[in-house]
Amino acid sequence: MENTDDGAAGHLLEAEEIVKRFGDFTANDRVSLRLRPGEIHALLGENGAGKSTLVKIIYGSLQPTAGRLRWHGEAVTVPSPAAARALGIGMVFQHFSLFDALTVVENIALAVPGRFDREALAGRVARVSEEYGLPLDPTALVADLPVGVRQRIEVVRCLLQEPCLLIMDEPTAVLTPQEARQLFVTLRRLADEGCAVLYISHRLEEVRELCHRATILRHGRVVAQVDPGAETAGSLARLMVGADVQSVCVAAREPSGVAALTVTRLSLPAAGAFGVPLRNLSLEVRGGEVTAVAGVAGNGQSELFEVLSGERPAPTPESVTIAGEPCGSRDITERRRLGAAFVPEERLGHSAVPGFGLGENVLLTRHASGDGLVRTGFINGGRTRALAARVTKRFDVRFSRQDQEANALSGGNLQKFVVGRELDRKPRILVINQPTWGVDAGAAALIRQALVDRAREGAAVLVISQDLDEIFEIADRIAVISRGVLSDTFAADGIDRERIGMLMAGAHEASPGPARDPRT
Amino acid sequence: MRLVLEKRPERNRWMQVASPLLAVTLTVLFGCILFAVRGIDPLHAIYVYFIGPLTTLWSIEELIVKATPLVLIGAGLAICFRADLWNIGAEGQLIAGALAGGSIPILAPHWDSSLAIPAMLLLGMLGGMAWAAVPALLRNRFGANEILTSLMLVYVAQYLLDWLVRGPWRDPQGFNFPKSISFNDWHLLATFGDGRVHLGAVFALVVAAVLAVFMARTLKGFEIRARGEAPRASTFGGFSVPGTTWLCFGISGALAGLAGICEVAGPVGQLQPTISPGYGFTAIIVAFLGRLNPLGALFGGLVLAVCYLGGEAAQVELSISEKTAQVFQGVLLFLILACDTLVRCRVRLERGTQGSSSGQGAAPPLGIEDAGSRAASEGAAR
Repeated sequence: MENTDDGAAGHLLEAEEIVKRFGDFTANDRVSLRLRPGEIHALLGENGAGKSTLVKIIYGSLQPTAGRLRWHGEAVTVPSPAAARALGIGMVFQHFSLFDALTVVENIALAVPGRFDREALAGRVARVSEEYGLPLDPTALVADLPVGVRQRIEVVRCLLQEPCLLIMDEPTAVLTPQEARQLFVTLRRLADEGCAVLYISHRLEEVRELCHRATILRHGRVVAQVDPGAETAGSLARLMVGADVQSVCVAAREPSGVAALTVTRLSLPAAGAFGVPLRNLSLEVRGGEVTAVAGVAGNGQSELFEVLSGERPAPTPESVTIAGEPCGSRDITERRRLGAAFVPEERLGHSAVPGFGLGENVLLTRHASGDGLVRTGFINGGRTRALAARVTKRFDVRFSRQDQEANALSGGNLQKFVVGRELDRKPRILVINQPTWGVDAGAAALIRQALVDRAREGAAVLVISQDLDEIFEIADRIAVISRGVLSDTFAADGIDRERIGMLMAGAHEASPGPARDPRT
Repeated sequence: MRLVLEKRPERNRWMQVASPLLAVTLTVLFGCILFAVRGIDPLHAIYVYFIGPLTTLWSIEELIVKATPLVLIGAGLAICFRADLWNIGAEGQLIAGALAGGSIPILAPHWDSSLAIPAMLLLGMLGGMAWAAVPALLRNRFGANEILTSLMLVYVAQYLLDWLVRGPWRDPQGFNFPKSISFNDWHLLATFGDGRVHLGAVFALVVAAVLAVFMARTLKGFEIRARGEAPRASTFGGFSVPGTTWLCFGISGALAGLAGICEVAGPVGQLQPTISPGYGFTAIIVAFLGRLNPLGALFGGLVLAVCYLGGEAAQVELSISEKTAQVFQGVLLFLILACDTLVRCRVRLERGTQGSSSGQGAAPPLGIEDAGSRAASEGAAR
């Protein structure tokens, strides 16, 4: 770990050896961070690296397990976001907290302490927004405003409290390049006035352009502190994703089979303000292979999964085919009947019903798969339980009593169960999103092995994952998704991490997809 | 310092069953205090209110008469609520059922056939179903909140009934009273005992049993439960969200309509401006008291029927307003929900200073992105 600072004097914020544990999971492991006034400091890392945990500790919405914070050199505890705001820390969240039915000034008034004087506040809002180049109409209704303007409201709301430190959590994830550029102007101006900015992102180019220093986190630890301007996007990407390759040998590959799952020129508008539009996406998954889609979470993976599973219909029947059948408008049950199986990312509430026992959770996806679990509308409880028992036995799912509720299982056990539930059908096509997030190493190894084995038995397996170690361990072919645009597919042994890191940061976006639609 | 409500690590099944009994007990205690404050001997008042109705054959029969519509509607609402659909317009669906079914005895008073009663019952169910289909349609088509739409339709139904009995369906020989003709004998349900308990009571028993099996043993019941527990998982399972909405509103509307036609073809015997003392609303409490289980609605229906009868008895014997019955209903619902919440969660006073990992429970679910907070929410769920 490198420390470029000398002397403690003049630091605005110092986080010293911050540790945060959630049960057995260590989200932050002795993380230290120092910020000077007027500094734009990037916090870089993959999803799950511990960035959000760290800033939530600084902003008072989480308390550290160990370690401490200093503010202007004084040791402080930040028990709540209100306390953080009182110190002069403002934060703009990735997901805004605005009331659609209220106007701009009403939304701001909710966060400003003191009496509500609409006229005076509207004046202040107008002044601040003009001063920082953040045009806002105080009387506009939030519901009518585009995402970029909504973010401006959040920023102005923070600025009204005259913060010394502004935390921005992935601010550009929802912005167009033009909007992002405008935001950078504002942030530079703030920094010139002495306000420190803690800037969370995994967009390497913008970090290089904007930030004075960068702290890079991986698996909850600080792996480097660098001057981003002196680095290349490639070297930053390497620091972020780690270079320690530990590929496990997988059985020799059989000749590639036919395309069992195809996506052809698929475009899909964003669902809601925080959705990601899919743009002109094409993909082919062949039998006998594991194909992986890499990418930082929130770049269209969930949207891709939903359109493959049929939870969201595709625009044309031909844009998704399963086993040669056009499936774009067929529902998930029909797709399952064609031999496809799906495992979504979210275990509780998506792949499994939290309050249901394992038997009923088997029924959830297997009721129409020809196992005789349902006859003339009635559930065959005996068969359902027997099937659940078979899955738990084969996939080593540990539970404390028979037919335990899904939410009483640990993450790893539940994931083994939902993966096992689908693999037990011997599907010809398997689509799985983030197969091992939050899963202990033993369960992760078992799941990865099962995926590879299924592919070697001839099935087409599509793994959507943000874990590059996992992808290099099991994938035969790799594509990268960024902001809803999918790169070409590469053979796994013909591409290195640095190239993937560049693609994850959007290197391919300009070429294949059509120009990004300006938001209205 | 703040009060934090946090989920208990595991659900206590025994307490979940005991919770409604606890709520009833607390309601009685509350009643004692209320009576004492009014200067009435609490023990006597409680006897009149809650025990008296159970002491004579007449009042037990009356209890069954009152419980019949409550159980019919409550069992249907239990299904709706299990699916996280909030149909609170059962009162309107009851009236719509009474109007649709009552159209036969009023428009065809001389149709004396063994088909008449089944036709009335069928029309009653269709009427309730049609009334419930409106909020279902608005929700599926436009995302309109079903709580508001179903509630507002109650008033539409009430005014429609009012207009009919004052206008086109008024009894020509009725001295201008706002009433329809009295239904002919062949348009009234068979009765038992002293003639107040009617066929509807049998329907209520059958409906509660059939729906309990439906919910526990059929795929459709599974679909409804899954939708309420985890809507996204139910979609992932291949169940259609609009389909479940239609089904739940259809069932609960049909049962409220059945209750309506049973009331007018039973104890009421004609159409008049008021045909129900708020059964459709009280049935919401019935459903909760019965743990949102159709069989439990039998228990809930009986408890609230006692509440109705006790209110009438207290008016006569203690000369207190019958509105106290409504106070009891309100307090009872409040206490059930409070007991349920406290069975599921515990209250903790959190000091606003250092709290090693206590931030977890209180952390706002903002920007849940990183594995850290994921682990936290999983930990909390466990």
